[in-house]
Amino acid sequence: MSGTHKAPAINVNGIWAIYRFEMARGLRTLWQSLVTPVITTSLYFVVFGGAIGSRISTVGGVGYGSFIVPGLIMLSLLTQSIANASIGIYFPKFTGTMFELLSAPVSAMEMVVGYVGAAATKSIVIGLIILATAALFVPLQIVHPFAMLAFLVLTSVTFSLFGFIIGIWAKGFEQLNFIPALLITPLTFLGGAFYSIDMLPQPWRTVSLFNPVVYLVSGFRWAFFDKGDVSVGLSLGVTALFLVLCLGVVGWIFRSGWRLKN
Amino acid sequence: MDSILSVAGVSKTYASGHHALQPIDLSINRGEIFALLGPNGAGKTTLISIICGIVTPTTGSVTVLGHDALTDFRSARRAIGLVPQELSVDMFETVIATVRFSRRLFGRGANEAYLEQVLRDLSLWDKRNAKIMELSGGMKRRVLIAKALSHEPDILFLDEPTAGVDVALRRDMWKLVHRLREKGTTIILTTHYIEEAEEMADRVGVINKGQLILVEGKAELMKKLGKRQMLISLQEPLATLPTELAEWDVALENDGKTLRYIFDAQAEHTGIPSLLRKLAELGIGFKDLETSKSSLEDIFVDLVEKKDAA
Repeated sequence: MSGTHKAPAINVNGIWAIYRFEMARGLRTLWQSLVTPVITTSLYFVVFGGAIGSRISTVGGVGYGSFIVPGLIMLSLLTQSIANASIGIYFPKFTGTMFELLSAPVSAMEMVVGYVGAAATKSIVIGLIILATAALFVPLQIVHPFAMLAFLVLTSVTFSLFGFIIGIWAKGFEQLNFIPALLITPLTFLGGAFYSIDMLPQPWRTVSLFNPVVYLVSGFRWAFFDKGDVSVGLSLGVTALFLVLCLGVVGWIFRSGWRLKN
Repeated sequence: MDSILSVAGVSKTYASGHHALQPIDLSINRGEIFALLGPNGAGKTTLISIICGIVTPTTGSVTVLGHDALTDFRSARRAIGLVPQELSVDMFETVIATVRFSRRLFGRGANEAYLEQVLRDLSLWDKRNAKIMELSGGMKRRVLIAKALSHEPDILFLDEPTAGVDVALRRDMWKLVHRLREKGTTIILTTHYIEEAEEMADRVGVINKGQLILVEGKAELMKKLGKRQMLISLQEPLATLPTELAEWDVALENDGKTLRYIFDAQAEHTGIPSLLRKLAELGIGFKDLETSKSSLEDIFVDLVEKKDAA
């Protein structure tokens, strides 16, 4: 018996347990996790790239098919990150296994690292798969590969955190789908995933600048084609701001025990 | 005795204003089996949940092996395993996977030999690769116990371990608890069955309406709780109690149609044969006899009244 020993300052085993559990959950539903984004992406290419792209040809010197790739990846990153992380933390609440997490020697931050880390990993893998799928359809160039990866990681982590918050907030499965369906999908479609906001008439161009997804897509597109709707610094700043905001909310949740503890 | 866990002034008032626990002081000795006995809603689960870190106490502190459960939660929680009342398990996981998960979650590195021993002790080894959803309710409960034991805790909490469990499994559970104690694990269990507390515990704490009414060794408590009553349905109603029956603790009820006799089931002489002989002598006929234990609720009311009177 070793209960009298002092525990280490970081429960690495605990983080690893949560991370592996979440990754295993993804593997159990491997087909849904991987095949769905591949099929969806292919459909987008058929509809947007094939049908519409034949009429638009190029946007800012980039072929329309290639132009929509960063937006398509962003669309999946946002929805997948939120879905993965929100279900991951909602499920223990739903099944009652949350008791074990709360009674374990795992700090709030360690829980977040485990859950959000796994959700973000899955999103990144899906993003890369979509990228590979896209490469089968259209010629692709990535001018700033490291920036592209950085945006991929940053967006996945940020929106996995956001999903984590939704999962803790949700009281039922309907609420889990509520925010993604009502907020994220419209924001992504209106966020320049399939067009450049320069193509919009005023006042919609200005209104679009209040949509945070515009900055994500723009920054990501810059990494591919060296040009975006807004400057890359601004893109990075807005994404980082949202990350800090989510971290703040998660910190508050664990301090107050909101929807987790009585 | 060496104290392994101490609770000092712990109380809980929910946001709704409901006082789930009045301030409670309790010390658990190393290696003992302690039963928290009380009716549903008495605060047993709330107290356990506070000690295990699932519920935040309104006041008071909990110390586990000298570690404060709030400020030094890592060291405190590592020493504790909790088996909850509900069968809350990951249905899609296999038995071995979920047990390994629990061990890691509690900060322990792999130890397959130990986990094998735990699963064998619980007759789960053959089922280690089965999905939990395929197991029976009793098996699921064993999985929860295996998970709680996976990180080699010094203290094991069993919340209503035999609620909704069949007789055979209840016997197994009792045996298991005694085996664990022999290995040096301290066990704290909650129950609303007096027999269970009697069968398993060394010491019993009686809790009702959020108050820890008393904590005593099992033998002393059973003496207090051992009162039984016998209801004698008379053939003819009696107007008054015959003076010849004064030496027994009897009372007339139900318009003189029933005689109620309170006796001590633990005593060597219950007084029942002599009372029945006396009734025959007096020519008082009866058509039915019924003995019963006073209900747990009665006992609590009785204990609270005694405490208030003292």
